[in-house]
Amino acid sequence: MNFTFRRKRISGVLVVVPANERSFAEEMRNFNFPESRSLKLKEVMGYDKRRVVEPGVCVSDLAVFGLERLFEQKLLKREEIDALLLVTQTADHFMPATSSLIQGRLGLKQDMLCLDINQACAGFVIGLMQAFMLLEQESVNKVVLVNADVLSRKASPKDRNIYPLIGDGASITIVERDVADSVIHASVKMDGSRASALTIPAGGLRLPSSPETARLEDVGDNNLRAKDHVFMDGSAIFNFVQTEVPPLIKDLLARAGVAFEEVDYFLCHQPNRFMLEKLADKMKVPYARMPNNVVEHFGNSGSVTIPTVMAYNLRERLLREQFQVCLAGFGGGLAWSAMLLTLGKLAFNQIKEYK
Amino acid sequence: MKSVIEILKEIRPEFDFAASSDFIADGMLDSFDMVTLVSALDKNWGISIQGTDIVPENFQNLQTIEALLRKNGARL
Repeated sequence: MNFTFRRKRISGVLVVVPANERSFAEEMRNFNFPESRSLKLKEVMGYDKRRVVEPGVCVSDLAVFGLERLFEQKLLKREEIDALLLVTQTADHFMPATSSLIQGRLGLKQDMLCLDINQACAGFVIGLMQAFMLLEQESVNKVVLVNADVLSRKASPKDRNIYPLIGDGASITIVERDVADSVIHASVKMDGSRASALTIPAGGLRLPSSPETARLEDVGDNNLRAKDHVFMDGSAIFNFVQTEVPPLIKDLLARAGVAFEEVDYFLCHQPNRFMLEKLADKMKVPYARMPNNVVEHFGNSGSVTIPTVMAYNLRERLLREQFQVCLAGFGGGLAWSAMLLTLGKLAFNQIKEYK
Repeated sequence: MKSVIEILKEIRPEFDFAASSDFIADGMLDSFDMVTLVSALDKNWGISIQGTDIVPENFQNLQTIEALLRKNGARL
């Protein structure tokens, strides 16, 4: 499905990463695997450092921390926020919405909209699209898009398929109207028939958590996982990304009348280095224009990885300059999304540590 | 330049790949081994095997791996 937005822009980005850093070299001893094979994997996939929350830390804690830093620095005023969108797959509770909890803890005004959006790695683009749609309303002048996940709390430490790559974090993106006559193109696709490729089987109402769902099972390849843990069919997800994402981006650029060479940066979701290199090769994009280093420094934090690419790789430049960028997210749902926009001249573009 | 079998032995030295006709069914390569193998094959032949080709059936035995390499531009 295609979308076009006019006169909208991102005006600031703040990424919150937990101070707690884990190292793959230390963690690989937890897996029932020879160290030599794990080291080869580290080299190819880019696993190294990752940031994860301490026990008990929730999505709302990261979001409140980040927004308070913006209030303190006078980069954002409480009363300016007309809508708070939270994209997460690891909400604090079934109910109420975590965005309402954030509003309450921060003492934001009542005359606003709070909305949780359950999306995974495609969720940054999907959240931006929702923000742009809200800005069509006269009463909405500033939208705060929060992307946040603490998926490490749902990953089995004995599952080499997913544990070494998971990172936690939050991002706060300020979205406003643009005085320039800017045009933003976006595309999104969904395929719920493949939803089981990335899922947490137990813990909802379909299969409530119980001692049985908490029991670690041998799931093959020397991995142990419970039904309460996140499951990822790595091969299925890899093939999904390689098959679906290049045509999505190609069609988006064709619709916008923009050639691949005219895009300054392809800022993609960051599952691992190998997957992104293969994606870049397929689209004949030089690696320098498609950064792939987030997973090695922070881990894969779902929909937070695209703003992390912005803040980590283009921190100063996005304050001074403007670039034509193509964003692309892909993952659970399954869902895949892409957006072409002009990004830059940001009021802020920061990374803060949550302690 | 290394041979395919030499590269396989570097990844899983405990197995005799010459004696198997189905590395996947015999449990000699898992999905992470395939990723490691593709990375090594790419470097050895100076190619980039397409992501959509990284499926188990292309890694069943030496013949399928060599066919995969040829398809992706390697000169064997």
